[in-house]
Amino acid sequence: MRPSSIFYNLRQGLLNIWRNKMFSLASIATMTACIFLFGVFYSLGANFSSMLRDVEEGVAVTVYFDENLTQDEIDAIGAAIESRPEVSSYKYVSADEALETFMSENNLYDDLAESFKQDNPLANSANYEIYLADVSMQDALVNFLYEQDGVREVHHSEDVARTLTDFNRLIAFISVIIIVILVAVAVFLISNTVTVGISVRKTEIAIMKYIGAKDSFVRAPFIVEGITIGLIGSIIPLLLMYFLYGSIINYVAQHFAALEGMLHFIPLGEIFRVLLPVSLIMGVGIGFLGSRITLIRHLKV
Amino acid sequence: MIKLEHVDKKYEAGVQALKDLSLHIKQGEFVFIVGDSGSGKSTLIKLLLKELSPTGGKIIVNGRDLAGVSHRHIPEYRRKVGVVFQDFRLLQDRNVYDNVAFAMRVVEAGTKEIKKRVPYVLSLVGLAAKYKAFPKQLSGGEQQRVAIARALVNRPKIILADEPTGNLDGNNAWEIMKLLDEINKRGTTVVVVTHNMEIVRAMNKRVITIRKGTVVSDEEGF
Repeated sequence: MRPSSIFYNLRQGLLNIWRNKMFSLASIATMTACIFLFGVFYSLGANFSSMLRDVEEGVAVTVYFDENLTQDEIDAIGAAIESRPEVSSYKYVSADEALETFMSENNLYDDLAESFKQDNPLANSANYEIYLADVSMQDALVNFLYEQDGVREVHHSEDVARTLTDFNRLIAFISVIIIVILVAVAVFLISNTVTVGISVRKTEIAIMKYIGAKDSFVRAPFIVEGITIGLIGSIIPLLLMYFLYGSIINYVAQHFAALEGMLHFIPLGEIFRVLLPVSLIMGVGIGFLGSRITLIRHLKV
Repeated sequence: MIKLEHVDKKYEAGVQALKDLSLHIKQGEFVFIVGDSGSGKSTLIKLLLKELSPTGGKIIVNGRDLAGVSHRHIPEYRRKVGVVFQDFRLLQDRNVYDNVAFAMRVVEAGTKEIKKRVPYVLSLVGLAAKYKAFPKQLSGGEQQRVAIARALVNRPKIILADEPTGNLDGNNAWEIMKLLDEINKRGTTVVVVTHNMEIVRAMNKRVITIRKGTVVSDEEGF
């Protein structure tokens, strides 16, 4: 297509939007709502995941050894742990360190503690403390550890792991369902707008075909119309998110005060690194899809 | 230029619009096709525009068998055939200049060429002074002139006019015919479908009469 034809079709596409102001506005509004909600869910989800990671880092699996294991054998278990992808970090805790921690946690710095130092009751409590990269992989790791020679016992919290994983899945599931519904509504509305555009320009399209316009030339303004609606409908919510993100964070922090301490929010820049391209692609994609479907159904060129 | 050989057209509803129709129009000719309502004139125009395909026979236009023109190549074919309708079919929201320029834009002509060609064609049809006027501000005759300018602007080899004077009074109808005759004298083949016998007689051109989908007479200088 010549540059002049491209400009002509761009202009015609924008004129279509102007001619069907009300339908275009409805489409843009739905699109805005759709992508704004996506932005809100994405921000919440990303922040929640980040907070989950913080929590996950605190969830440890503890491995105890058989009695009389040599240091080499303990090191071999350590090497096996290190090779696992689900392991974020691990550390060796000797029997003395275990006793130290026990005493400090229970304020046992008296005579009793003094006597324990002579005869460590936790002599068999040397262990590896393993921190996970992904809590959902805990079961696999525990099974693996039990298969290792010299491992007497593995302590882990199934409930914490399961709850965190399930909650994460639930959030993702709800987000996906809501976004799918909104995308469908947006595609439907854009399709309606383009259908109205086609019926308004029926005579013009007929003349174009008689004169010898190519199919692509007849369709181009409608594609421009759909994409522009999608683009505007994604830029508005991005601007809203840009200015509202801070307020949303404050709102969440105030209404979920119980989680204070766990709430470390992701900075706006980091959120936008994903949200900006994804929203624009979604907007343009939905706009293109809405107009393309309509052209196939209603415009036989 | 236009050759139809034993053309049949039967619609899905079973109506036989054209039956074994054959005719030959040479390059540079001015031909009237006349016939009553339902004689098959409109079907013939649609076949020549490749809006419909015949159910039998062969149609050759500008040396091309239309059966071999694929959907993708229809636009390219139609650019060689200008068409004028009874109801003008002008874009009401655009002025005279833009209505004519529209025809060039949709075939992706360059802006410079459009700026040069449109005023020239408007002067040919006698509307150079009214290039800013909107269709509603023009008489029926003037609107049809705009439609002719639009059909002419892409330099077609053939002009197909479907009842071009149907919505016009006697004077305007006569003016339009004179304009089409002028265009024909400049080398464009003109085919006018009409049932206005008064004009047909006055023009003294070749006349093909169709009845029930078949050519019943073909006379030079009616």
